Amino acid sequence: MAYKNYILVCAGTACESNKGKALYEALEKEIKSAGVETEVQLVKTGCFGFCEQGPMVKILPDESFYVKVGPKDAHEIIAEHIVKGRKVERLLYKENKPDGDPRSNDISFYRKQLRIVLRNCAVINPEIIDEYIARDGYAALEKALFDMTPDQVVNEIVESGLRGRGGAGFPTGRKWLFTKNTTADQKYIVCNADEGDPGAYMDRSVLEGDPHSVLEAMSIAGYTVGASKGFIYIRAEYPLAIDRLNTAMAQAREYGLLGNKILGTDFSFDIEIRLGAGAFVCGEETALLASIEGKRGMPVPRPPFPAVKGLWGKPTVINNVETYANIPVILLKGAKWFNSIGTETSKGTKVFALTGKINNSGLIEVPMGTTLRDIIYDIGGGIANGKKFKAAQTGGPSGGCITPAFLDTPIDYETLQSIGSMMGSGGMIVMDEDDCMVDVTKFYLDFTVDESCGKCAPCRIGGRTCYNILDRISKGQGKPDDLQKLKDIGHAMRKASLCGLGQTAPNPFMSTMKYFEEEYRAHIEDRKCPAGKCKELLSYTIDEAACVGCTACARKCPVACISGTVKKPHTIDQSKCIKCGQCFTACKFDAVKKG
Amino acid sequence: MAKLTLMDLRKLRDGKKIAMSKRSAEGKRAEVVIGMGTCGIAAGAKAVFDAFLDEMEKAGITDVTIKQTGCMGLCFSEPTVEVICDDMPHVVYGNVDDKTARRIVRDHLEGKALVNDHIFDKPSTDIIKTAGK
Repeated sequence: MAYKNYILVCAGTACESNKGKALYEALEKEIKSAGVETEVQLVKTGCFGFCEQGPMVKILPDESFYVKVGPKDAHEIIAEHIVKGRKVERLLYKENKPDGDPRSNDISFYRKQLRIVLRNCAVINPEIIDEYIARDGYAALEKALFDMTPDQVVNEIVESGLRGRGGAGFPTGRKWLFTKNTTADQKYIVCNADEGDPGAYMDRSVLEGDPHSVLEAMSIAGYTVGASKGFIYIRAEYPLAIDRLNTAMAQAREYGLLGNKILGTDFSFDIEIRLGAGAFVCGEETALLASIEGKRGMPVPRPPFPAVKGLWGKPTVINNVETYANIPVILLKGAKWFNSIGTETSKGTKVFALTGKINNSGLIEVPMGTTLRDIIYDIGGGIANGKKFKAAQTGGPSGGCITPAFLDTPIDYETLQSIGSMMGSGGMIVMDEDDCMVDVTKFYLDFTVDESCGKCAPCRIGGRTCYNILDRISKGQGKPDDLQKLKDIGHAMRKASLCGLGQTAPNPFMSTMKYFEEEYRAHIEDRKCPAGKCKELLSYTIDEAACVGCTACARKCPVACISGTVKKPHTIDQSKCIKCGQCFTACKFDAVKKG
Repeated sequence: MAKLTLMDLRKLRDGKKIAMSKRSAEGKRAEVVIGMGTCGIAAGAKAVFDAFLDEMEKAGITDVTIKQTGCMGLCFSEPTVEVICDDMPHVVYGNVDDKTARRIVRDHLEGKALVNDHIFDKPSTDIIKTAGK
């Protein structure tokens, strides 16, 4: 008996941590008690990307899109929608449009997206290999093994213009070619799933929602360069992704799609998982390989590049998760199709984790060349609480800020670099007028200083010194030559650090100093924080003329530093004030001033 | 499950594709909407739904979506089925039973001919507007 309805429930980490699991179980129970097991298929699927509104449930084929669904809503969804065919209006996603059609594909969050990497996320159940196969899964591997020579495969990838999605953007095809052309008795295929940028979760979502696409691509890479062994290096903090990968690998082995003599051919390939302990530097390829070998995760100078001399000294292809997820589609649809998407130098799409002060935070995939304006205002739904857009941070701790002046710049590897940021792995943090650039920069530098492996001096000492300078600027103790000092040390770090971590660590302050110099100067010269974020530079005062003496602020103050009698103006004792801002929020008469 | 050969993999894929295609509304040329309010179900809409699914599978039709909806307000002629098909008039069939459902699949969806004796009426535009909200 065929099913009449399909209920897709998001089972990504974001939704699972928000009672998504209980919701799934509740739906399962309700389906049983309504006796509609044969009519409805409940599907656990990967991240929908619209995490702001999670947990979400999509009902097919009518594409009803329910958001912020809790376990207690399960009964209504089954009893009303499934049994009686009446949509549960109150749970439907509504856009701020009077006639908003609730069909998911029409939602502006999805309309400007193009999903290649995320093609199967939120469509298939990642724990069932058959569903992946039905969506042309393993058809690319089949094509490569039976209809193509390794040369043809590598040509196709070169032609497609695919570049590494981990950040640096090295052409993937050329990487494969180097490894292919090096003779060795053993070669390796490695997947870099050590996603470490704060706020980034693109790779995790791909592995959770569509693990087979990565396995298939790694097998294709193995066939192409002549490797029989692969490793996925993933951080131990991603238990769900690891779980799903293990399930996927077991299923693929059972079907003979991994292991000895794949699909009856002479090609054998298998994959093992290696867990990382969460050191940021292990995302750097040479450090990652050292970690797989069981050594301490520290980078070594390149060349030789891993493509020639990698894991255990053997030629190694190492690509990022998102890069691999593109491979099967490129082989199936052709290089021509793929390089028709995107810009002159950057082909295809890019997945971004959109977070920060934005209305629709979530996981998005857009063609290269999409403007920041489209991402923030159309897909992201604008800045939260109607505030003004100040900057978007891309590239994580190695990246920089994009300012409002560049809202209409098409985003690709080159343009981002030219405006002082970088593509990075795809984290995009949106900031509004309340965010202080010195404070944000300090946060990123704190992260890189913490994660520096300490092997080379420019990174170890330079990073710490710059952090101390930023720290004193944020506390109002900045010196006039601090900006010049930051620039000098930054240049030295860029030139002399051993690996990408140190070379790019100055990027956050170099980029913000360039675009927000005024703000730095205000901290140093006027001892003021224009955004009102740096506590040491902030004081709250009460405007005696505006104060009516309602005592609302005094009652809220946690340290009792506001004094005054009822109906008389109050005052704040600056020596006791901890600048929590509660009086500012409590005052209904705008009498408490921040500055 | 034994290890797959190339043939096995292709067979498995083709078989599963039909099942998966039912989930997607993309690339569909027609939509069959079955009224499944209390009145529709009481009049046998569930059997009609099954008949549509069954007949379409037999006919190998994959590019038609079957959806359910609430009461269309035509309770006296339940079960009602609305068929929206490219290049065809937009039709509501009334008093549809198992046999009629199979005829709709064969004549309307495959043969592009209306099943005249069960046509209720084209839904008037004002119904569509309010129903679509």
